[in-house]
Amino acid sequence: MRRQLAITVALASAITLAACQSKAPDALPPQPASSTPPPETGPVPGSQADFMAQMGGRQVIYFDTDRYNIDSVDAAALQTQAQWLLQYPNKRATIEGHCDERGTRDYNLALGERRANAAKNYLVSLGIDAVRLSTVSYGKERPVALGSNEAAWAKNRRAVTITID
Amino acid sequence: MKKALVLFSLLFATPLMAQDAPAPSGPGAEEAVATADDGGLTGSVSDDKAWQDLGIAIPAFATDNNVPTPANAQGTAALGVEVARVITADLRNNGLFLPVGPDVLPRPGYPEIPAPSWGVWTGRNADMLVQGYVSAGADGNLTVGCYLYDVALQQELVRKGWQLAPADWRRGAHKCADLVYSRLSGESPFFDSKIAYIAETGPKDNRTKQLAIMDSDGANHRFITTGKATALTPRYSPDYRSIVYLSYLNGNPRIYIYDIAAGSQRLVTQSTNPTFAPRWSPDGRYILYSMAVNGNTDIYRVSVNGGPSTRLTDAPGIDVGGSYSPDGSRIVFESDRSGSQQIYVMDADGSNQRRISFFGGRAATPEWSPRGDQIAFTHIAGNFRIALMSPTGGNLRHLTNSWQDEAPTWAPNGRIVQFFRTEKNSGRTSLWQVDLTGRNLRRLRTPVDASDPAWGPVLP
Repeated sequence: MRRQLAITVALASAITLAACQSKAPDALPPQPASSTPPPETGPVPGSQADFMAQMGGRQVIYFDTDRYNIDSVDAAALQTQAQWLLQYPNKRATIEGHCDERGTRDYNLALGERRANAAKNYLVSLGIDAVRLSTVSYGKERPVALGSNEAAWAKNRRAVTITID
Repeated sequence: MKKALVLFSLLFATPLMAQDAPAPSGPGAEEAVATADDGGLTGSVSDDKAWQDLGIAIPAFATDNNVPTPANAQGTAALGVEVARVITADLRNNGLFLPVGPDVLPRPGYPEIPAPSWGVWTGRNADMLVQGYVSAGADGNLTVGCYLYDVALQQELVRKGWQLAPADWRRGAHKCADLVYSRLSGESPFFDSKIAYIAETGPKDNRTKQLAIMDSDGANHRFITTGKATALTPRYSPDYRSIVYLSYLNGNPRIYIYDIAAGSQRLVTQSTNPTFAPRWSPDGRYILYSMAVNGNTDIYRVSVNGGPSTRLTDAPGIDVGGSYSPDGSRIVFESDRSGSQQIYVMDADGSNQRRISFFGGRAATPEWSPRGDQIAFTHIAGNFRIALMSPTGGNLRHLTNSWQDEAPTWAPNGRIVQFFRTEKNSGRTSLWQVDLTGRNLRRLRTPVDASDPAWGPVLP
C-alpha cells in the first residue's frame, strides 16, 4: 500500500535509468559519469558511493535501547534503500547491526544480529530478494560516536546498509 | 611431558636428599586439598579475618651451589631471590596475607632451610616463615624446595618440592605460594594457572583486539593472534591445550578452537550462521555456544571433535552464554525472553528451564563457580556491577561498584572473581580481580588495555 506507492514513485522518478537497464540488463558499464542523465559529476551510478550519496544518511537506521523494532522513521529510510536496491538488481548489500557500549558483549552480538535482521526482513518485505542481503553483527565493537552519554549511544544503536561494489 | 612439573616428597630434613625421591607427577596431592573443603562458601566468606593479617616472612631461597642457569644468568643464588619475590607478590596480591619479601629480610643459608634460626624470625614478629632452596641439577633442570613453618610453634607445617625446566622456574614459585595459601587458608590453590584474555589497542572506534595469554600473575605474556581480525571472549580448555574464542576472521563472527601447541585453529561448527559466546564443559568434551539464525539466538552444544550440534534452547528472543555447573549436570545462561536480560538455569540437556534472577535491573553473563555454590554475573542497574548469587537466585551480593564492570570469570579455586572494567568516555579497559568478600579488589597489570579475562585450571 504505502510502500507500494513509494516504490512506484521511485520507479517513476528513475524512469530513465530503468529504461536503460531494460535494454542492457547485465552490464551497466562503468559509464563515464557525464553520459547518463541523473548524476552531475557525482559517483558512478549503482556504486556504494552512489548509494551513500542518494541515501543522504538514510543508509543508517537507529534503535531504542535494547530494541530492534522498525519504527516509522526507520521504515521510510528502508523504503529509500529498497528503491535503490530495486533499481540496481545486481547489487548485493550487507547490513551491519550495532549496539551501544551499555550492554554486555555476548548479548550485544546477539542484539546487533537481531537489528540487522530486522532491517533485512523489512527490505525483503519491500521486494528485495533475501539472497542479495547478508547481515553481520558487530555488537558494541564499532561505535561511531565516542562519548559515554545518551546522545552518543543513540547514534551507535544502529543498522547500516552497505552495498557491495 | 617436557613441560610437566615433577612433584616429589621431601622425605628427609636435608634438602640434598630430596632428589633421591622423585615421585610421579600428578594432581593427587593438590586435589586432596581441593576435595577436603567443598563446604558452603557463603558461610565462610565473612570469616577471613582470622588469617587475613597473618605476617609471613619470605626470605630469599638458598642454593646449595651457585651456578648459572638459563633461568637466571647470575646463577641460582640470584634466582632464589626472584623465587621469593614471586611468592611474596602472589600472597600479597590476593590481599589475604601480609607477606614480607626477600628484599628486606636476612638471607638464610642452605643448611638453615630445613632447620630455621628461630630467633631471627621471632624477633621480627613473623607469624609464619616460608623458606626454600633452588638447586640446578646436572641435566640443567631446577629443583625448588618449599617449607612452611609456624614461627610461634617453631614447627614445620608443610613442605614440598618440584623439579622443573629452567624456563618454568616461576611455576616453582607459584607452586610454593599455592602450598602456603592452601595450608593456611584451607582453600584450593590457584596461583599456578594461566589467564587468557583480549588485548586491546587503538582508538575507541577502531580497536585492535588480540587474543593473548599470561600466567596468573601477568608474567610470561604472549599474544596469540595478530589483531588483523577482531578476537573476543576466549576460554581456556580444561587441559590448557586449546583456547576457544570468537574471531571475525573472514568477516563474520565465528567460534574457533585454537590449538596452542600446533598454532592452528578450526571452526567449532560449519554453519554459516554467526556463532559466539563459547564455553567449555567441565570435562572438556563439549563446547556450549550461541548461534543466531534469522536474528534469533539460541544456545547449542557440540562435541569438541565436531559433528552435529544439539540445540538446547528454543525460546523466541536471545538465549546466550551459558556456564556449566562443576558436575556438568546443569547450565546457567542468560535470556531476554521475559523482556530483559535475566538469568536462567536448565538441565544439561536443555530441559527444566527456569528463571532464577528476580531483583531489579538486568542480570547477564552468569558463570557457575568451580565450587558449585555461587553464580557470578553482571548486574545492570544503572552501573554494571559484578555480583554473586546462589544457584537458586538467593543471596544477592555486589562485589564491585564502578561505572562498567562486566564478564566475571572464576579463579580455579572459586575464591577470586576476575572481570574487566571499562572507563567512561575513553572506553579504555582493564582486568581486575576481587575476592568473595569484595574487600580485596586489585587491578591485574597488562601490557596494553585488556578485556574478557578467563582463568584456566590449576596446572598439574
